[in-house]
Amino acid sequence: MEGLLYSGSHEWVKTEGDMATIGISDFAQKSMGSIVYADMPDVDDEVTKDEEFGALESVKAASDLYSPVSGTVMEKNDALDDEPGLLNQDPYANWIIRVKMSDPSETGSLMDAAAYAEYLEKQA
Amino acid sequence: MKYYDKLIFELSKEGRTGFSLPDTEWADTTDRIPAGLRRELPPDLPQVSEPDVVRHYVNLSNMNFGVDTGFYPLGSCTMKYNPKINEEMASYPGFGGLHPLQPDDTVQGALSIYGELSDWLCSLTGMAAFTLNPFAGAHGELTGLMIMRSYHISRGDLKRTKVIVPDSAHGTNPASAAVCGLQVVQVKSTPDGVIDIGDLKPLLDDTVAGIMMTNPNTLGLFETGIKEIETSVHAAGGLLYYDGANMNALLGKVRPGDMGFDIMHLNLHKTFSTPHGGGGPGAGPVGVAERLSRLLPSPVVRKSEKTGKYETAGNPTGAGRISGFMGNFGVLMKACAYILSLGNRNIRKVGPYSVLAANYVKESLKDLYKLPVSTLCKHEFVFDGLKEANAGDPEREVTTLDIAKRLLDYGFHAPTIYFPLLFHQSIMIEPTETESKETLDAFVAAMRTIAEEAVSDPGLLRSAPHNTPVRRPDETLAATHPKLKI
Amino acid sequence: MGFAYFPHTGDDIKAMLGRIGLESLDELYSDVPEDLLFRGDFDIPDAMSEMEVRRHFAGLAEKNVSLSVFCGAGAYDHYSPSVIPAVISRSEFLTSYTPYQAEVSQGTLRYIFEFQSMMTRLTGLDCSNASMYDGPTSAAEAVMMAVNCTKKKNRVLLSGTLLPQVLEVVETYCRFHGICLTEIPHRDGVSDLDAITAELGKGDVAGVLVPGINRFGIIEDLTGYAEAVHAARALLIVYSDPSSLAVIRTPGEWGADIACGDAQTLGIPLNFGGPYIGFLCCRQEYVRKLPGRIVGETVDTDGRRCYVLTLQAREQHIRREKATSNICSNQSLMALYVTVYLSLMGPEGLKKVNDLSYGGAHYLHDELLGTGLFTEAFGKPFLKEFVLKSRLPAKQLQKSLLDAGIFGALSCGDDLVSFCVTENRTKEEIDRVVNAVIRCHIDRCRDIVNGNLMK
Repeated sequence: MEGLLYSGSHEWVKTEGDMATIGISDFAQKSMGSIVYADMPDVDDEVTKDEEFGALESVKAASDLYSPVSGTVMEKNDALDDEPGLLNQDPYANWIIRVKMSDPSETGSLMDAAAYAEYLEKQA
Repeated sequence: MKYYDKLIFELSKEGRTGFSLPDTEWADTTDRIPAGLRRELPPDLPQVSEPDVVRHYVNLSNMNFGVDTGFYPLGSCTMKYNPKINEEMASYPGFGGLHPLQPDDTVQGALSIYGELSDWLCSLTGMAAFTLNPFAGAHGELTGLMIMRSYHISRGDLKRTKVIVPDSAHGTNPASAAVCGLQVVQVKSTPDGVIDIGDLKPLLDDTVAGIMMTNPNTLGLFETGIKEIETSVHAAGGLLYYDGANMNALLGKVRPGDMGFDIMHLNLHKTFSTPHGGGGPGAGPVGVAERLSRLLPSPVVRKSEKTGKYETAGNPTGAGRISGFMGNFGVLMKACAYILSLGNRNIRKVGPYSVLAANYVKESLKDLYKLPVSTLCKHEFVFDGLKEANAGDPEREVTTLDIAKRLLDYGFHAPTIYFPLLFHQSIMIEPTETESKETLDAFVAAMRTIAEEAVSDPGLLRSAPHNTPVRRPDETLAATHPKLKI
Repeated sequence: MGFAYFPHTGDDIKAMLGRIGLESLDELYSDVPEDLLFRGDFDIPDAMSEMEVRRHFAGLAEKNVSLSVFCGAGAYDHYSPSVIPAVISRSEFLTSYTPYQAEVSQGTLRYIFEFQSMMTRLTGLDCSNASMYDGPTSAAEAVMMAVNCTKKKNRVLLSGTLLPQVLEVVETYCRFHGICLTEIPHRDGVSDLDAITAELGKGDVAGVLVPGINRFGIIEDLTGYAEAVHAARALLIVYSDPSSLAVIRTPGEWGADIACGDAQTLGIPLNFGGPYIGFLCCRQEYVRKLPGRIVGETVDTDGRRCYVLTLQAREQHIRREKATSNICSNQSLMALYVTVYLSLMGPEGLKKVNDLSYGGAHYLHDELLGTGLFTEAFGKPFLKEFVLKSRLPAKQLQKSLLDAGIFGALSCGDDLVSFCVTENRTKEEIDRVVNAVIRCHIDRCRDIVNGNLMK
């Protein structure tokens, strides 16, 4: 999706100033299958770039979420508690957490949509 | 098998009772407990009569498949026949009423069982000492790893916090290591399915506590490089842990102690024929080499040289305590009866017959199912799905899950599926030594029919099972909105 | 010669080898280095026929002494109804594996679902797993779970009133897992809330483990615990005897977050210490951190109600080193014991079991005090187990009881001895205990007169 930045572990980021909205890519939701639970950090928790901040579970798999940026969790998507399947329905409309970045320059190492598409190609 | 839809709570009716207790002869009842310490309302347990209870649970049992029902080729689980004399001996009068803290003098019979079984397991595995306290295989692994860490710590070697685990290992290996506070380092398998020694050697530095291995491994292959692995790991100061889940292949033929393993566990509920009981109780005794025997957890049982009697004691130099008392004693009794029944003469045939059965089934099916590694297997082997699976056709593709479910229709339990993780469509088959050629032939015939159906009528497989009490459950619903009680 | 568990005839073996393309069974091990093949004799007995196996066990049974049990300390001699062995021996239950194939395991799955339901009703908590190995290991798992549930805190407080084996097992697990423990000594026989509150104030405590009924048999008054523990953002874990929960205040009512313990008291014979069954229950919000097997309700493709193992993404076969625990089984068959037991007992039967135990224990307690050879240790409310200060040395007392066919008066530190009475003990047996105690005293007096004690 244009305008988003991507990590190698298939999270996407949308930035507005020092705020980052984080979700998972369509590729990630497809390879997981039906998501049954989203383990998300609490508001005010600190997240660190490239470190785990939560996990998604399907019936027979679990996949850790890695934060593409560092900062403080300002908001988590509570709708996922009741309906984690939203991530399957539309992974771009349904974000997971919003983070106030401590170092917005960290996004420099992320891929844009074209680079991510190429990355997926190479992985396959 | 017949579908039966009741829960015991749904048979309940106010005022019914199923118990038989004497009238009280005491002046006091629990009503005298201070009100602040008492429960407010009685627990809402079922109120049912005795015949209702019996019929309910017999009806439930009718929806279950056991080894006594039919062939159960569940890989890595060794679903062999569970001899009935074992059950009879486990409820032998004179044991059931023993309190675990009774003085040693009053429980010499029970302690003999513990002591003799330990000795027999030592002889069968080539280890120096056993604890029978661990309750299950995973519990044995944890206990064994505690001993491994204690060994290094007792030598003042505090750097060794990593444990090497092959990528083909049972999931419990890395999980047990993590519970034990060890970091897991994965070692790769070669295309032939055994540990890649080239990948292993660079990992062996002075931070490695040891390696956990299953031999034969989860592909059913004997780790032919075991001697080189043993030398390398020991040279680097590490210990070798043997996961006994697959010991059935070697029972009577090869001993882990002779291969150089320092610590191991056995699954009495696999190799030594005690029933799995729908998931337990099992027993996971842990054996160690001589130099580690001082590290066994408390309590320990030993024979006094002075009196010839068995004694129990704490072990102050040991790794600690991992059980309330002395393990699943009833399970130990069953394993004892098994070893006595087989004796020296028959126990050496267990491994060979189990390996014979596995290779026979493998050779009878490999023209239709993908066999990633075609060499001689041990007690089990792994197919990577069907050769003709209509792969890529979303309407007709047949997966391992479909094959497993269709086998249920043919009256067989399914093999282990989607494990090991090395292949996408793993089907892991372990037939055991207690199945006749006729049973194996019938299973082979069903597997061959399924392979034909995959081509002629894949829908039949994709919607299987058809003849079971219930059909495929909606697991997504169960996990998304968990309903865990009534 | 054939053997009962091996169906292979000579012809079968030949035909099977033929399909594999081998000549002999030995060739099946051609991949094993020659010097690793074991060729000697095992140091195990020769094969025994069934009759000989029976005789062997008969010989062993004779070496045991059957005693009238007046001891608890984590293993209780409650009555086990005859229906239980009848149901347990159904080989469809006994000889099945963990219920991975739900379509042919509805029997196991359903009784585990019933077990979970019953345990939540007894403990007053929301969720239960399918069971654990035993009480002490369930406590260790509960402690690790509490640390998992609370972020960045790594210390757990244990009450010194827990059973010694519970303390030891928790200590062992935590030492290796890297959890700090602080044991809070008892005050006057019960957990010390002031000391616990002081430790909680340090801000690094993830959980507090206290018993509902403690090692001295005292019913602990946990008023104020949940408030203190929750104020420090920690979890309250109560180690409970589930049989007692028919009458005493439940972990749920005390405001606990997790309950654990041993359900051996629910119909499982003493059996020299095992198999027993641990249990683990928690509040809804922690269910995803609950270790072990869990069964859930769902529907099949035809819309029929059915049961499956669920929330498996927490478990070792998926999460490997990141799993909530390494446990990959439960004491399933023992859960069936408990489920059948509770079905038969119902609320009324379980209350009566407690009443009978309470009545007998208090009768013995009062009779022992009446001998003048004991005094109250703590004088607090108890159910079926109690400690007294003994004027007789514990060793001698135990010996006199043993001579009378009784196991009791377990040493409980200093001059304390403990007794336990369940509904399985008759008044006649209890009177025998009292007589044996008096006999012990008389023998001792005689020994003193004769100067034997000096030797």
